[in-house]
Amino acid sequence: MELLLQQIASGLTSGAIYACVALGLVMIYVSTDHINFAQGEMAMFSTYIAWALIQAGVSYWVAFGATMVIAFAGGLLIQRFILKPLEHAPVLALVVCFIALLSIFNSMAGVIWSFTVKQFPSPFPKGDLTGAGLVSYHQIGVVGVTVVMLGLLTCFFRFTTLGLAMRAAAQNASSARLMGVRVSWMLALGWGMAAAIGAVAGMLVAPIVFLDPNMMTGILTYGFAAALVGGIGNPGGAVIGGFVVGVLENLVGTYIIGNELKLSFALVIIVGVLLLKPAGLFGRVNVKRV
Amino acid sequence: MAASATSWATRRGIGWWALAFWIFMLVLPLMGSAFPSESFDYYMFMGQSMMVYAIAVLGLNLLTGFNGQISLGHGAFFALGAYTAAILMIDFGWPYWATIPVVAIVCFGAGFLFGFPALKLESHYLALATFTLAIAVPQLLKHKSIAGWTGGVSGLVLEKPDPPFGLPISPDQFLFYFCLLMAMILFWAAFNLLRGRSGRAMMAIRDHGMAAGTMGIDTSLYKTITFGISALYTGIAGALSAITVAYVAPDSFALPLSIAFLVGLVVGGIGSLPGCLIGGAFLVLVQNWSQSLSDVLKETFSLQYDVPSWAIYGVLLLLLMYVMPTGIAGGVLRLRGAIAGRLRRVETVRSKPLVLQSEGEKH
Amino acid sequence: MTAILEATGLSAYYGPVRALYEVDFRIETGGVTALLGANGAGKTTTLRAVCNMVRRSGTTKLNGQDISRLATEDIVRLGVAHVPEGRGTFTGLTVEENLKLAFHVRRDRAAANRDLDLVFTYFPRLKERVRQQAGTLSGGEQQMLAISRALMLGPKLMLLDEPSFGLAPLVVQEIFRILRSINENEHVSMLIVEQNAALALELADHVYLLETGRVVTSGPSAMVQNDEALRRAYLGY
Repeated sequence: MELLLQQIASGLTSGAIYACVALGLVMIYVSTDHINFAQGEMAMFSTYIAWALIQAGVSYWVAFGATMVIAFAGGLLIQRFILKPLEHAPVLALVVCFIALLSIFNSMAGVIWSFTVKQFPSPFPKGDLTGAGLVSYHQIGVVGVTVVMLGLLTCFFRFTTLGLAMRAAAQNASSARLMGVRVSWMLALGWGMAAAIGAVAGMLVAPIVFLDPNMMTGILTYGFAAALVGGIGNPGGAVIGGFVVGVLENLVGTYIIGNELKLSFALVIIVGVLLLKPAGLFGRVNVKRV
Repeated sequence: MAASATSWATRRGIGWWALAFWIFMLVLPLMGSAFPSESFDYYMFMGQSMMVYAIAVLGLNLLTGFNGQISLGHGAFFALGAYTAAILMIDFGWPYWATIPVVAIVCFGAGFLFGFPALKLESHYLALATFTLAIAVPQLLKHKSIAGWTGGVSGLVLEKPDPPFGLPISPDQFLFYFCLLMAMILFWAAFNLLRGRSGRAMMAIRDHGMAAGTMGIDTSLYKTITFGISALYTGIAGALSAITVAYVAPDSFALPLSIAFLVGLVVGGIGSLPGCLIGGAFLVLVQNWSQSLSDVLKETFSLQYDVPSWAIYGVLLLLLMYVMPTGIAGGVLRLRGAIAGRLRRVETVRSKPLVLQSEGEKH
Repeated sequence: MTAILEATGLSAYYGPVRALYEVDFRIETGGVTALLGANGAGKTTTLRAVCNMVRRSGTTKLNGQDISRLATEDIVRLGVAHVPEGRGTFTGLTVEENLKLAFHVRRDRAAANRDLDLVFTYFPRLKERVRQQAGTLSGGEQQMLAISRALMLGPKLMLLDEPSFGLAPLVVQEIFRILRSINENEHVSMLIVEQNAALALELADHVYLLETGRVVTSGPSAMVQNDEALRRAYLGY
């Protein structure tokens, strides 16, 4: 029973992180119909920036905020300078472009900070809630931060006109333009926000898995699974998907297949959802236009 | 992209270029006997790797370049081929050459089966599924339930075959010929496949799947079979890699390998047969020079750590997407076309327009 | 009278295909001008060219200001509201959100709120459906929503692309009646493209007749209405 509780708690923690990754993926998918294979490496790179800031003596939360801002700017620039010229390119060209970004971020992190594993601090106190090693403060903090972020995002999209304009631009770009919305800036904004959300995911997971250039590979895979389970066009679904996938991963890993096949499990979820319920649990079915 | 992909096969003169290339490759190992040198075997090994990569890239090209199904996980089929060959050789004592047909069948089957779920996945979803496959492969290979066969984390060590019939050449010279033979057969087969009806159907599906369907092409069948053939090619490349390197290990089949194939594809040219050879050569050269390239970069930018070849791949992929989206092969064709077009302009005006000719044929 | 919109030598292209050949026209301030012509005459293209939504050449001036090189968004922000072909509904947003999207570009929040009330007085049916997903509205309601969205921008000029398309005659009459009162009460100039020539001629005071990308003739509506030969040849009634 204790093991079960522990697994669920750590499942929710990783679920929160998957949810953040999935949120970033969904933001980009909704506005541009692209699957950003570089989402994980962007998050990893941002986390290194946070690490460097903290090493330089900046306090944790200041570094946290600064990193989000830097990541936001980075995402914005990537969209403006790298992706915008490929607006009308075929899917393959974009996939190649994302793979290129993935390779570049991965190797840049290695070149600048080396491939050796680093410790990353947690802003939450050590120890745990129950005193029996069941639920640590960091775990609670991770879930808390994710929920707060989701709340802020929901408010942004629901109650601000900028959020409304972004949704409109994602839904019907040409009609949005006729309402005076600067659509291409909305896409850039979406990229910036996705990068910032990814940075949060990276900074939350780094204390658990340690910081190294390859730390996000597996997490990105689960982020994809989460996004698909929730319906890749649906931010709320992505968060629920994240928690579902996180708990499932831990339970299945502990009781059924063992930890060595966790990535294959993600593959099974992804292919399974794509085949059986392509719209995810909460998504709308996209009708193919001819 | 599509325009250059359909035009190369019908281009006159390609046969002569191909012939010249293959003759050059046939003569190449003889240079070693003529001018013996210590590092010649290493050059031979580079040649083998080049052909291995070229075949693997060709496999990916058949699927992605000619049929429009994006795969980021072809490393999985490469691994399947490599391990099948290695296990047959170690556990069953098969000779290296006898493993190839089995690898072909196994990988075709695996690709064909993977082709069915792939049917339901639209472009970037297929990319996503295969991307995950590429990431999951090393973990699968290491899994304890099959460690008795695969050697787990440490992999399998093979013996390098000796040249048969007491031929007076080194093992590497011989393996070069073996790879060359396989490459020639496979490229010839691909050439004929693409030139014929099936090739046209494959490309029609790539360019407009639904229209191809309404023309009476069984798109599902073609797509799954293409997936099978593609896996067969890449799998054979994997087997050749196992034979020539004489070693298989799970971590060499991780995501970077699949990305390397993609790089070879994009550099050589999406939808170009000669491009696969260029792509293969490019990959070997980058790997070979990555250390010295890294040293140069380190010194120029006064960096602290090594620059992995990933970095070069990434920057190159990005640049090519802007500068030369049709790869080197496509770029050369375009350049030639531009020059020839300028020379021929006067001629074209006089000759009959193409449209009228085809209308004339109908009557 | 002064012209709110003046186009000279306006051409437009779809890739290599030219769809509009150096068209000249002007729209009087406060008036309603109709663009008539058969399918493929270039009516929709003209509207799209004014908003820079297609590749084009030639000059367009809004109240004397050159808008030829401005981006669509900026032309809209200068007071040109385009009600597009196919209505451009944001189907996943609610009716209210469709309308409040205008708040994103409008600085004068008080005036924008007044416009929201105004829209509801013109189209009370939309007020009943504010919380409904716009995709669930009927065709007529979506057309009303499209006009309302345009109105929410506080426009000086409205470009209307076949507001009658696919709608029942009664609904069409209602919409045209409302368009007339918007023109009269809110002093919004209009350029309207229509297949239904008789209807458009009733609303418009000035007409341009297009054929294969060129202006064939233009003049007051009454002139076209009274010229039977012209009507037979170009308008089919």
